[in-house]
Amino acid sequence: MSEHKQQPDLKQSPEQPARRDFVAKAAAGVATAVIAPGVILHTAAVAAPRTTPVTDIKRWGMLIDTAKCADGCTACVEACEHENGLDLQDEPEGVKPLKWDNQRATWIRKVKIRDNMSGRMTNLPLMCQHCEHPPCVNVCPTGASFKRADGIVMVDRHTCIGCRYCMMACPYKARSFIHEQVVKKLTRAPRGQGCVESCNLCVHRLDNGEENTACAEACQQSGHGAIIFGDLNAPHGPLREALREVDSRQIREDLELNTGVRYAGI
Amino acid sequence: MRRIVYREWRIESSRYWSWLAILAVVIAIGGMAALYMEHHGHWVTGMTNSVVWGTPHIFAVFLIISASGALNVASIGTVFDKAFYKPLGRLSGLLAAALLVGGLLILVLDLGRPDRLVVAMTTYNFSSIFAWNIFLYSGFVAVVIAYLWTMADRKGVPYTKPVGIFAFLWRLALTTGTGSIFGFLVGREAYDTAVLAPMFVVMSFAYGLAIYILVLMYSFEQDDRPVGALMLKRLKNLLGLFVSGVLYFTLIYHLTRLYGAQTQNIEHFILVSGGIYTVMFWLGWIILGSLVPLFFIYHPQHGKNPKAIALASALVIFGGLAAMYVLIIGSQAYPLEMFPGKTVVEFGAPGDIGGVVAPYWPSLPEFLLGIGGVAVALLITSVGIRVLQFLPESLADRVVDPHVALAEGRGR
Amino acid sequence: MTETKLTPLWRIAVGISLALLVLVGGGTVHAEAIGGFVVPGSKAATLDQCVEPTSEMRHYHMEYIRHQRNTTVYNGIRHTKFSLSGCVSCHAAHDAQGTPIPINGKGQFCNACHEKAAVTLNCFDCHATVPTGESWNQVMNPPPSTSAQPAASLDRPALDRPALGRELAQVPDMAEQEEFQKR
Repeated sequence: MSEHKQQPDLKQSPEQPARRDFVAKAAAGVATAVIAPGVILHTAAVAAPRTTPVTDIKRWGMLIDTAKCADGCTACVEACEHENGLDLQDEPEGVKPLKWDNQRATWIRKVKIRDNMSGRMTNLPLMCQHCEHPPCVNVCPTGASFKRADGIVMVDRHTCIGCRYCMMACPYKARSFIHEQVVKKLTRAPRGQGCVESCNLCVHRLDNGEENTACAEACQQSGHGAIIFGDLNAPHGPLREALREVDSRQIREDLELNTGVRYAGI
Repeated sequence: MRRIVYREWRIESSRYWSWLAILAVVIAIGGMAALYMEHHGHWVTGMTNSVVWGTPHIFAVFLIISASGALNVASIGTVFDKAFYKPLGRLSGLLAAALLVGGLLILVLDLGRPDRLVVAMTTYNFSSIFAWNIFLYSGFVAVVIAYLWTMADRKGVPYTKPVGIFAFLWRLALTTGTGSIFGFLVGREAYDTAVLAPMFVVMSFAYGLAIYILVLMYSFEQDDRPVGALMLKRLKNLLGLFVSGVLYFTLIYHLTRLYGAQTQNIEHFILVSGGIYTVMFWLGWIILGSLVPLFFIYHPQHGKNPKAIALASALVIFGGLAAMYVLIIGSQAYPLEMFPGKTVVEFGAPGDIGGVVAPYWPSLPEFLLGIGGVAVALLITSVGIRVLQFLPESLADRVVDPHVALAEGRGR
Repeated sequence: MTETKLTPLWRIAVGISLALLVLVGGGTVHAEAIGGFVVPGSKAATLDQCVEPTSEMRHYHMEYIRHQRNTTVYNGIRHTKFSLSGCVSCHAAHDAQGTPIPINGKGQFCNACHEKAAVTLNCFDCHATVPTGESWNQVMNPPPSTSAQPAASLDRPALDRPALGRELAQVPDMAEQEEFQKR
């Protein structure tokens, strides 16, 4: 089947600015929905939906400043659950609550860690890290787990057979298997029994021209502003500016997965 | 050496059919369990987002590696030219194919979307070990069938050796591939080691041979065919060697990981503080699954007693299942370590609590599905030996060993 | 493929459906009409035919949808004329209270034919069966109002969303969906 060849597995290394700039200019001439760089779109009332295939000109990513992430705040989790219909999951009748906690789909979770030596507490949201070299994509037998050209790691539910090998491979416990029959579904977030899913950086918003995820937006609205979402490839975009400001690192840096989600202060 | 005569399994019809009926009922129950899981979803099982592979995978992986191990007996005869093992070849091939089919069936029926099996057969991602295994597994059945033909048909005799060598290499690849399903998981401390692949190969030798010995002894006993003391001695010594091999690899596996500070936490969990997993490791895998069988096998008196050898084989099988339980479930139950030098205080609400072992308890449907897969393997074997000439008429000493026959001839 | 030569029975069935489609197109819309149904006021209601000629839709809709699905999943292009949510928003019937009826429900647009032809309908294992916003015709022609509240039937508090999101945040009537599941 050639369906899955549609995803160009292009390197998104930052060492080729000249070529990238050229490509970007060329694409800007073609694309109809391109707006001036740096303009934040979430203020626009109706953004234009995408009409051309995604490219590797952009690579979506995040910077999470753990210093700003508040203890006890779950705004990002709630926003994600609402945006992606996760709060519509019904607890099956007769399931033990403790087991169900482990069985329901969770895309983003609040994590609190304590330094073993100093006792310093750190809060952070943890979701799919959208690796450049995702282990879940490597192990998927059917290619249903894939990386989109713009760096989003997601699951093609149409070809997922529910083997759960990607969940074994993920170092971040980011993926969830749908253990139950799903009755309530949103158009923007399809969901069905027997497939695996995880954070897709609110891909429906991006495809509709919005450039912010539900979690980042909620974090900004709650006044913490710990999550900055943006284009990792735009050298002067807000994300790259923020990444220059603070010292950040990847979780499980030792695996060299080049994650799209970076953390400051861990 | 005498010509080996193969005969169909000739136990009484009533016994044969009631045996088949029992197996059919077990298979039906397993099938119903799979339907139940499929209809309601996996929430009815003990599996969660933390322990994503459960009891079905214990049975499936065990059967699949045993399948390649069962073929070993035939390989010793044809590839390594041990005439002594030649009469055992046909049953070895049949058992290998049957165990593999049983294991695969479990694996497939546990999928979230088994109805999409055709997707798995038509779209491949070749960086996935799983995708390779689909070829290795289906190819294995084809190779074994060809191998059986060369052993059974006079026209095939010239091809026995080349096909046998090919089958032997294929089975090595298959077990390596199965071990690599786990060995290539870089993100998990328990799995990220190359030693898993050879360890699975040696495990397959031991478990496959243990199953082979039990099937051989049972089918011969039921049909009043003799298994000579010489044959039993050879087989049990071989089993002892393989079980020792498993112990050696287990030692290496744990030593490697005890040495580095990074993996000491999970080692402490498996070896000391892991509750059921620690018990399963020491009592199931090491003591009952390895040391007690070795005691029986090498004991001067018990080692000659067929019952003790059968018991040792059964214990090796039990130990194999315990090993799979520790390797598959125990390694998943231990939380992923993402923040070195830090303790996870909270890990998601909803979701699990960090730093705490994920609870898992096998549910009945999972277990029944696993048993159903075993029954499928036994059914294929039973029907096979009944309708075709798989079993040699006798494995008495004078049949299998030319020296004994010669000595008897002189004595006469 | 499930196509077969048209038997007399089929001809009658197709004739009836066509007649119903004509009726629907003429504005005499009724929710209980089996099969052919177009939401009044939707983009489809103003057209003579679906996104392609009716006979072509009948034969090839699955090909169109399958092609669209890859375009959406891999290329991020959601709002073309073959979008599945477009099917749902124009063809899902509504009951007397104006609540949408799941499109795969018994006798509804998708189910009526699929059941007759005995072809499994997999789309709605995962996809929404009632229009919950984000359909192509609604996005292309966004409603003028910006202050409207999200659908009142939510069984959960609606979070504040920007204008486009308001459209996305609508949730179908849960009781309706659950009732359908029991059927």
